[in-house]
Amino acid sequence: MPAAVEAVNVARRFGQVQALDGVDLTVGEGEFFGLLGPNGAGKTTLISILAGLTRADSGTARILGHDVVSDYRNARRNLGVVPQELVFDPFFTARQTLEIQSGYFGIRDNAAWIDEILHHLDLTSKADANMRALSGGMKRRVLVGQALVHKPPVIILDEPTAGVDVELRQSLWAFIRKLNTDGHTIILTTHYLEEAEALCNRIAMLKAGKVVALDTKQGLLSRFSGLTARLVAERVPASWRERVLRADAGVHSISLKSYAELESLLAAMREERITIAELALEEVDLEQVFLKITGRDR
Amino acid sequence: MSAAGESQGPKGASPRDAGGGRLSDVAIGLTVQVGRGFPTLLYKELLRFWKVALQTILAPVLTALLYLLIFSHVLEANVTVFGGKVSYTAFLVPGLVMMSVLQNAFANSSSSMIQSKINGNLIFILLPPMSPFELFAAYVVGAMVRGIVVGAGVFAVTLFFAPSLLSLPHPFWAIAFALLGSAILGTLGLIAGISADKFDQLSAFQNFIIVPLTFLSGVFYSIHTLPPFWQTLSHFNPFFYMIDGFRYGFFGLSDVPPIMSLGIVGACCAALAALALALLASGWKLRH
Repeated sequence: MPAAVEAVNVARRFGQVQALDGVDLTVGEGEFFGLLGPNGAGKTTLISILAGLTRADSGTARILGHDVVSDYRNARRNLGVVPQELVFDPFFTARQTLEIQSGYFGIRDNAAWIDEILHHLDLTSKADANMRALSGGMKRRVLVGQALVHKPPVIILDEPTAGVDVELRQSLWAFIRKLNTDGHTIILTTHYLEEAEALCNRIAMLKAGKVVALDTKQGLLSRFSGLTARLVAERVPASWRERVLRADAGVHSISLKSYAELESLLAAMREERITIAELALEEVDLEQVFLKITGRDR
Repeated sequence: MSAAGESQGPKGASPRDAGGGRLSDVAIGLTVQVGRGFPTLLYKELLRFWKVALQTILAPVLTALLYLLIFSHVLEANVTVFGGKVSYTAFLVPGLVMMSVLQNAFANSSSSMIQSKINGNLIFILLPPMSPFELFAAYVVGAMVRGIVVGAGVFAVTLFFAPSLLSLPHPFWAIAFALLGSAILGTLGLIAGISADKFDQLSAFQNFIIVPLTFLSGVFYSIHTLPPFWQTLSHFNPFFYMIDGFRYGFFGLSDVPPIMSLGIVGACCAALAALALALLASGWKLRH
């Protein structure tokens, strides 16, 4: 059975910038997969190559076994993409936009599914409003609808919740989760790491065009298992300075390997007569893993 | 078109492989027809100009009418065409009709493409599985329809000034040149829209290439009235053959044999279509 998405040694250079540098990636059918990385890591370039919007300099990419260049028709039929940019055609209403997008895929008699999309995206009352009259969040939801209009087995969402308020974000994720439960493969890029942590089963992290981590969410979290002690104090004991992750206005975040290490830290503070004004313990989360892997934790 | 692609199945099943034929469209519960994006893109192109018909249809008709009123009033008594067999006003009408066809066909495909590029909504037609030929055909046919609708409008309102034109002796020649001319300018508009990165560049293409070639093609005069040097130069202007051939349909008279014009216009159309298809297939300035 072919993978939902497969990238083999994909490279792409723009001028002096190596946007992708030999990316290998496989996403299985039915996965909810996270693609994370700092700005400029190559996430959007990789998505563009999968969608046929950008040509790779080398390597191959396939959607459900269909090469995105040589078998582009089937590759694109199987793929829905929510682009990062908030774009729309000002000539049409929300419903017309979905109907036209449906027609581009050769789909007729799609009114029932379009109604369902409008309902799930809370757009029914705005279906006949011109795109120009919609708010940014609504336009974003129409973009999501356009990606779903041909019921693609593989759906890529490139920062889909940017500019969408919290309530609508929740309803959008409920809808996307339902699609995933129904068997659709979902690939998500987001800056909201708590979203990726809550939704994704497996995560790849990109940095400077390379995959620097690729594991299940549990695997990534356990790789950096431990705690962070967040304490408010005038300073940190000299022997613990190397373990400081962040220090800002008297608030020090210190990495601990386990709860047992907490006693050592407290002992060192007592020894140096440092008074603790406040202490909190946090288990490692995806944001900390992301910061460590991408080298942005200081 | 794939026969499997037209099958229909239950909703809610596993959505595996909508295109590979393994579970096909039965899985996604939709009627999918590969290669059928063309009618929708054409519909979108038509809807696009129809929604702003005041600007895209009525305004050019009014402009052509003003040209006719002014030029015929000023020149009717002073210009002799086709040895006096045809009045200047009657001579002018087919030229204005064809000029409107050409300019509006160019304007339609070029503005549609550049607007989509600059607004970013071109992505909506790049993501679906449409072939370069489908994209080409939809843009060009859309441009042809607008050009011919405007041309028909110009013909209808100017007919009042030259009613004898209704009895056009060679309608098929007129139709052939209208179709080929609008196809050429629709294709040129598509190429210009793909090439240009901003409206300014497109405007330069229109003002420095399309408009001069149109005005210097014999819309307002017969090239036999020109000095020999300019007559010779006119023969290198493909727009001259479009207008001369189109005019033959109305009068059975032309500056060059219509079959020669048809050959030249047809060759230009084929060459430009090949260029536009090559650009679309390569993704130049569209797929980065």
